[in-house]
Amino acid sequence: MCGAPVQDLSLEGIDVATETVIQGTVTRDGQPEGGAYVRLLDASGEFTAEVVTSATGAFRFFARPGSWTLRALASGNATKDANVDAKQGDVTETSISL
Amino acid sequence: MARNDVLVDADWVEQHLDDPKVVLVEVDEDTAAYDKNHIRGAVRIDWKQDLQDPVRRDFVSKEQFEKLLSEKGIGDDDTVVLYGGNNNWFASYAYWYFKLYGHDAVKLLDGGRKKWELDSRELVDDQPQRGKTSYTAKQPNNDIRAFRDEVVDAIGKLNLVDVRSPDEFSGKLLAPAHLPQEQSQRAGHVPTAKNIPWSKAANDDGTFRSDDELKKLYSDEGVDFGKDTIAYCRIGERSAHTWFVLHEILDQPQVKNYDGSWTEYGSLVGVPIEKDV
Repeated sequence: MCGAPVQDLSLEGIDVATETVIQGTVTRDGQPEGGAYVRLLDASGEFTAEVVTSATGAFRFFARPGSWTLRALASGNATKDANVDAKQGDVTETSISL
Repeated sequence: MARNDVLVDADWVEQHLDDPKVVLVEVDEDTAAYDKNHIRGAVRIDWKQDLQDPVRRDFVSKEQFEKLLSEKGIGDDDTVVLYGGNNNWFASYAYWYFKLYGHDAVKLLDGGRKKWELDSRELVDDQPQRGKTSYTAKQPNNDIRAFRDEVVDAIGKLNLVDVRSPDEFSGKLLAPAHLPQEQSQRAGHVPTAKNIPWSKAANDDGTFRSDDELKKLYSDEGVDFGKDTIAYCRIGERSAHTWFVLHEILDQPQVKNYDGSWTEYGSLVGVPIEKDV
């Protein structure tokens, strides 16, 4: 498997201690935005990964410690960036409102 | 080949939705995407179930491919238009696969499912009914497929293009950052490979960059267009995207996709590996 799995925020079965998890939800007008695209960009702005949000607007990445930018894209040319600092063994939660 | 022979845009697809000689095919790894909705008239090919042998790690045989396309209602003289999620990774892989088995009239929808969704174009959930055909494939064309020994032989001689993200290339990560990282193989890259992530060839909406931008990208990163090229990634689908750029859009004559990619190379005993961390 290499494509993004179906997104949800349950951490069941994931060894959180060894992973650097960045996750959250995308909303628009206070409602979860399913089917939005979230890209993970490294500190130099280079693309690292992309997932599609679940029906509840959820997304998740397994990154490494450091600074990252999340970029949400959705229909109607809606786009929004959010910056996060991720740590190993921590789950970094972020919400992005379009 | 050139861009106009191998790529179609969403307007072209909308104009050909009812053309009986044009077959739209959605190719995904996550088949739930097609079940939810798809472009009207599109049939589905499952990257794993349909295109990988269920036991050995290899392609399906010519006979299995013929059976698959016959069941999907695809004829030898149909124009196949492929699209999918993940910025067309798996659609690019299927494109390469169709070419491997000699289907020449195949095109990619620029931007794939993502651009179509971002444009808010029509998606439906009903399954199309296509009559069965009797498809005949050609013998596989291994001029576009690289095997592990060719990759080892290419070190320091040919262009090796590693299209994974910089952190996978350096050895900091073993898989793309949307997947858990536990893996068995060693981290790093093939010595002398240039790291040119597939994503540099695409815009944010998943469409390919212009010919001039693409030429500049690969020459600035040290690809010698006078030499043969092998592209690889982790399992060969992101590198199919780059193979498409180099061989189909930029018309480079000798480009191979190494579908064994890092999950094979990084598990081989005794081969050289470079690691930056």
